[in-house]
Amino acid sequence: METLRFEYLGGTPPAVQAPTLTGVVGSGNLEVLVEAAPGSGSCVIEITTAAVGFGHIWQAVIDDFHARHGLCDLRISVNDVGATPAVVSLRLDQAIETFLGDAA
Amino acid sequence: MNAPLTPPRRWDTQSQNRAARLGRAAAFARGRHVAAADARALLEAVLEPGDRVCLEGNNQKQADFLAKTLVSVDPARVHDLHMVQSVLALPEHIDVFERGIATKLDFSFSGPQGARLAKLVSAGRIDIGAIHTYLELFGRYFTDLTPRVSLIAAQAADAAGNLYTGPNTEDTPVIVEATAFKRGIVIAQVNEVVDTLPRIDIPADWVDFVIPAPTPAYVEPLFTRDPAQISEVQVLMAMMAIQGIYAEYGVQRLNHGIGFDTAAIELLLPTYGESLGLKGKICRHWALNPHPALIPAIEAGWVESVHSFGGELGMEAYTAARPDVFFTGPDGSMRSNRALCQAAGHYACDLFIGSTLQIDLAGNSSTATLGRIAGFGGAPNMGADARGRRHASPAWLKAGEQARAGSSRMPRGQKLVVQMVETFREHMAPAFVEQLDAWELAEQAGMPLPPVMIYGEDVTHILTEEGIANLLLCRTAGEREQAIRGVAGYTAVGLGRDRRAVENLRDRGVIRRPEDLGIDKRLASRDLLAAKSMKDLVRASGGLYDPPKRFRNW
Amino acid sequence: MNAHRHSYYEAGARERLHGLLDAGSFRELLGPAERMTSPHLPPLDAPVAFDDGVVVGRGRLAGRSVLAGAQEGGFNGGAVGEVHGAKLTGLLERALDERPAAVLLLVESGGVRLHEANAGLIAVSEVMRAVLAVRSAGIPVLVLDGGQFGCFGGMGIVARCCDAIVISEEGRLGLSGPEVIETTCGVEEFDSRDRALVWRTVGGKHRYLLGEADVLVADDIGAFREAAIRLLDTVPDLSLDALDAEHGRLAARLERFGTCRDALDIWSALGIGQPARLPLLDTDEFLTATADRRA
Repeated sequence: METLRFEYLGGTPPAVQAPTLTGVVGSGNLEVLVEAAPGSGSCVIEITTAAVGFGHIWQAVIDDFHARHGLCDLRISVNDVGATPAVVSLRLDQAIETFLGDAA
Repeated sequence: MNAPLTPPRRWDTQSQNRAARLGRAAAFARGRHVAAADARALLEAVLEPGDRVCLEGNNQKQADFLAKTLVSVDPARVHDLHMVQSVLALPEHIDVFERGIATKLDFSFSGPQGARLAKLVSAGRIDIGAIHTYLELFGRYFTDLTPRVSLIAAQAADAAGNLYTGPNTEDTPVIVEATAFKRGIVIAQVNEVVDTLPRIDIPADWVDFVIPAPTPAYVEPLFTRDPAQISEVQVLMAMMAIQGIYAEYGVQRLNHGIGFDTAAIELLLPTYGESLGLKGKICRHWALNPHPALIPAIEAGWVESVHSFGGELGMEAYTAARPDVFFTGPDGSMRSNRALCQAAGHYACDLFIGSTLQIDLAGNSSTATLGRIAGFGGAPNMGADARGRRHASPAWLKAGEQARAGSSRMPRGQKLVVQMVETFREHMAPAFVEQLDAWELAEQAGMPLPPVMIYGEDVTHILTEEGIANLLLCRTAGEREQAIRGVAGYTAVGLGRDRRAVENLRDRGVIRRPEDLGIDKRLASRDLLAAKSMKDLVRASGGLYDPPKRFRNW
Repeated sequence: MNAHRHSYYEAGARERLHGLLDAGSFRELLGPAERMTSPHLPPLDAPVAFDDGVVVGRGRLAGRSVLAGAQEGGFNGGAVGEVHGAKLTGLLERALDERPAAVLLLVESGGVRLHEANAGLIAVSEVMRAVLAVRSAGIPVLVLDGGQFGCFGGMGIVARCCDAIVISEEGRLGLSGPEVIETTCGVEEFDSRDRALVWRTVGGKHRYLLGEADVLVADDIGAFREAAIRLLDTVPDLSLDALDAEHGRLAARLERFGTCRDALDIWSALGIGQPARLPLLDTDEFLTATADRRA
């Protein structure tokens, strides 16, 4: 297993919501836990992955994810079992949508 | 004085040789019928060292009893055979080389036996003549690789020796025609001998011997894809294919490669396709095996005709009940024919779409991987522009116009050849590479050319979860490379893109993202599939589809 | 095809709970943000899940208060580890305090999580003990079984310790799973790749005909919900008379069907015409064809 941590400063804080969990920890899949971190001013994304040695790809995927949504005051935690970047991006987007959608 | 007497040239040596073989075999046959217990003795009597032999090996149907029998012959009597068969599917197809019965091989595809084949080639035990596409190999059956003896599989025979091949015909007609009409010997294994055949597919006088096999010929349900395994990423890509390519060009006649990607397209026609108002405008005529995944589209009235390379296990009753759509005989059962369907796929289809393992920066694609000699099968003929095509269709013309816009080249059309891949396969294997493994494989195995499945010059579109690259619109090699990098996602090839150039290509419509096509990614869920399970397919077929046991969960 | 069906088989654990209970009523206990993960998996370099593969909480069913737990087959096949089992046990023990109308167990599990060995075995036995304690307190424990991984091993025993089982045709129930049987007894005895054989042996229809599952429903979360509502007034009976009666029923069943080689033989012996067609029938057709024919 490998643990990765990314932190982005600045962005729009969403309204404070209850934590949400999206996805499943199964082969080629991942779960994404989204929690509010009010006042932190940053978006922290912590990843535990079974696929070791792909940090540079995660960096690119998470950079794009943060650029798409531009959110802060969030803590996002991922348990991954070798999901492809396509599945990771999709799941992250679904997770944010679920987290924000509970308010809408 | 007369000139020295030269003996008159004999013009029937093949007939003489044939008669000698039949004479040696007569002891084992009653009429055309031979008991399974005498099969080995028959082969030893008929075969001669150095013979070119076609052991019918297909994608699906296998002459498995005759394969086992051939492996069991005495290599002291039968050796140095030259095998000419389309597919190496069974272990026995390689065993004949290991046992020293055969030494030379011309073939098309070796999927499951690719690794063993590579080992024997590097050990010098197999001399490969060439790796062909199906149509090429069939072509050579009628030129310089005509089989001397063919060992084929049929569903049934009657007392006279007429054969019924049934829905799963595949290569049989081509093999028999080439062999029987060049004075070769045709030996058929059959599942049963009956009084009256449902129909005669091969007349008895093209067949020399018929052997009832102890067990029915093995048939692989190669084209069955369980909808339960289709992912939401595949649904998204199917939406992009339908909207960004099928609708864009008005594709009416097409072929789908095997896979979950294309199964997703088939299952989205009656749902997503319907919602776009595309019924009757796309996907009306198919060169395709009877894919179970096509059942919902057929039932919804999308499909006017399907001609098939082979059959598909479990689809027999369904195809028989839909004779307006499928090609069926007077008896009602389906007829297939690989050679004719390959010709249809090459010349009569406007689009081929299929998956691959690796694509390079020029768009060349290959399924070859190190340590395996996999061959080509039919994809290169399906996935190549038919340079001999002359008839026009809107899709063909539009593709040709896009390729020629702004140039003074002679107007002509072009086939749409789409490579549909996720940027990473499982275990994070990238689908996009700087250099195909095919180069190293060619060097290892001493091939004259890298085994490329579809050449970049024939590929018109590359479709990934990130977008569609329309290579027809690229004007330079540099543009083409950036268009490919621009849909290569987070692979090293994709990360190596020139972002400004890619954005420019996107502005010009060379690259189109899902959002550029008006596709809402959030709709890309399995709920769009017209069938989500095998049972849904059975229900859609009105109970006519009878899936093989391994695909059932009821 | 019913377009309004919401497949139970395809849904995840949370989706099942949300669809099963009254809209918006489910409140998760010890949710994923608590990060109550397995202590046994990281030393084995195996991935953890924030909820350890089981969702527990309270909600309402037809307006009545219930406790519910749902196993997530997607995580290690729903296998029971120490934390996973403790969450189920805690849920059941909470029922003794809160006295809900029922406890619902949405099972989907291959049994004990092998990584956790004895801790997992103990956890399963604690769940069994808790089920019996809840039942003896007069609160019914209802099992719903229709997930992709079925219900096997220790969870198969747990399921049969409960008051009633609602199963779909896709659901499976057994002790040893098909692969285990094949490995132990040989492929001649049981071919686990023959999926038609697997389903007619451990699948929902056969379990219903044998009387092990009480209700057979279509693969639809709404159908599971309706069945669960109808079972809410089940009165647990753990009396000696009830146990004797059950043992007598099982002995008679063994006597009657003990020589059958295949589920098809049992269906014939039950007097069901054309048994081979049963696997293909829709739930409603199946229930009509087998009415009054259950063992």
